[in-house]
Amino acid sequence: MTDQASLQYTEEHEWLRVDGDTVTIGITDYAAEKLGDVVYVDLPAAGTAITSGSVVGEIESTKSVGELFAPVDGEIVESNQAVIDSPELVNSDPFGEGWLIKITAGELPKLLSHDEYRALVAE
Amino acid sequence: MTQQPGTTTSPEASAATERRSPLDAVHREAGASFTDFAGWQMPVRYSSDLAEHHAVRTHAGLFDLSHMGEIVVVGPEAALALDYALAGKLSAIDEGQAKYSLLLDRDGGVIDDVVVYRTGADRFMVVANAANREVVAEELRDRTSPFDTEVFDESDDIALIALQGPDAREVLSQTPGFGVQGPGNDEEDFVTALENVKYYRAFAAEYEGAPVLVARTGYTGEDGFELYVAPERAASIWEALRETGGPRVVPCGLASRDTLRLEAGMPLYGHELGRHILPVQAGLERVVALSKEGDFVGREAIEQGPAADAPVLVGLAGEGRRAPRADYEVYDGPGEDAARVGVVTSGALSPTLGHPIAMAFVAPDAAELGRELFVDVRGTRLAASVVARPFYQRTN
Repeated sequence: MTDQASLQYTEEHEWLRVDGDTVTIGITDYAAEKLGDVVYVDLPAAGTAITSGSVVGEIESTKSVGELFAPVDGEIVESNQAVIDSPELVNSDPFGEGWLIKITAGELPKLLSHDEYRALVAE
Repeated sequence: MTQQPGTTTSPEASAATERRSPLDAVHREAGASFTDFAGWQMPVRYSSDLAEHHAVRTHAGLFDLSHMGEIVVVGPEAALALDYALAGKLSAIDEGQAKYSLLLDRDGGVIDDVVVYRTGADRFMVVANAANREVVAEELRDRTSPFDTEVFDESDDIALIALQGPDAREVLSQTPGFGVQGPGNDEEDFVTALENVKYYRAFAAEYEGAPVLVARTGYTGEDGFELYVAPERAASIWEALRETGGPRVVPCGLASRDTLRLEAGMPLYGHELGRHILPVQAGLERVVALSKEGDFVGREAIEQGPAADAPVLVGLAGEGRRAPRADYEVYDGPGEDAARVGVVTSGALSPTLGHPIAMAFVAPDAAELGRELFVDVRGTRLAASVVARPFYQRTN
């Protein structure tokens, strides 16, 4: 069970978990709920350089398409093959097994705390 | 993450009005997610749109369609008036029969697609899309004014519940409280009526004394029923069907309704139908009764037909899991030099078939069955073959 309070968040409904040099990124339960059942996930290959603000992946549900934004400059270390094989993990466990990418990144920009993010989606 | 706009939102949806179904409290208690649809807050899904889709294909799904418009045309010349106002020959249907029809404009374009129920010798109920309720009522009033008829927009006084799927009939027949209309009837008569009612027929029933029109119609590609009821009875009927059906009956939102109708190859107003589209372009030429006597609105334009190079609606089937979606462009080849031949109107990864399906308007010379076309899916050209509709057909 991921401690959601320990994560950082973006206004684009992504979460980040910092673990040394590695940052794990996924989408929040709110984003997964808004999308509906996720049926396809497109993620970049390991080694891909990513630029803050650019689209690095797609999360498709039956109804719509969500874009995954790079919240920071960096490089892809790993994309979650389990999610590519079983996209429904994004719905069933968005903060855990449904993670999307791991990247190496430098200093993170200012992100939202758990409380700040919850306040944002409560609006 | 940012989300691109969904595909079910009506083109005429307005944030200024926020209408709520008589079942709103029931949906909220069930934890539904809502979407704005033609100014109505309606359930888009309860938990999983895929599970809701599969429930309709395998057992039964329960839909709230109370946003639909019901416009009643009544009077000695009602049948004659509708023959003039609509594309079909409504005077030819029997009492208790239903017919899919089109409200055309003078240029032959589609103002709305409707289902018309003949609920009496001189009484018809025209069911319109929520976004078009006002325009349909207005056009019907205008077009029928030379005839001895009256038009009533009864949408606010009628809620609509659909029970769709292979178990629908059994669940409905087991639900207590229903009877056929008239003196001395009992639940047995209701079960008999339900067994005898044919596809696209309806009968007058009652639920705990309140009138219910039970119609064997739907928009999912499955057998099923639509119940037109008084708004104040909607919640108790909904709960009774859920209670009787138990796990066989799953409440379904508009997301699953859209993928179900797409698999069944059924057009959706605003996507496959619109004022700039003649019925023949959407494969609906049989809905237009050119053989009926007398004039009807749109006849001259329909007889003239669209331009020879006017786009036609086709089904597309692809491989993999990435779906063409509304407004994506269709090309005749994979390369940069390929010509644009059309545009997607609806598309999804088919939950039942497991591959992408779509409908698209394409140039007639690109429309032959088996033709390989390419859809620009956000910068990537994905191959899709022209296939026959419906994509899915029930076997039971």
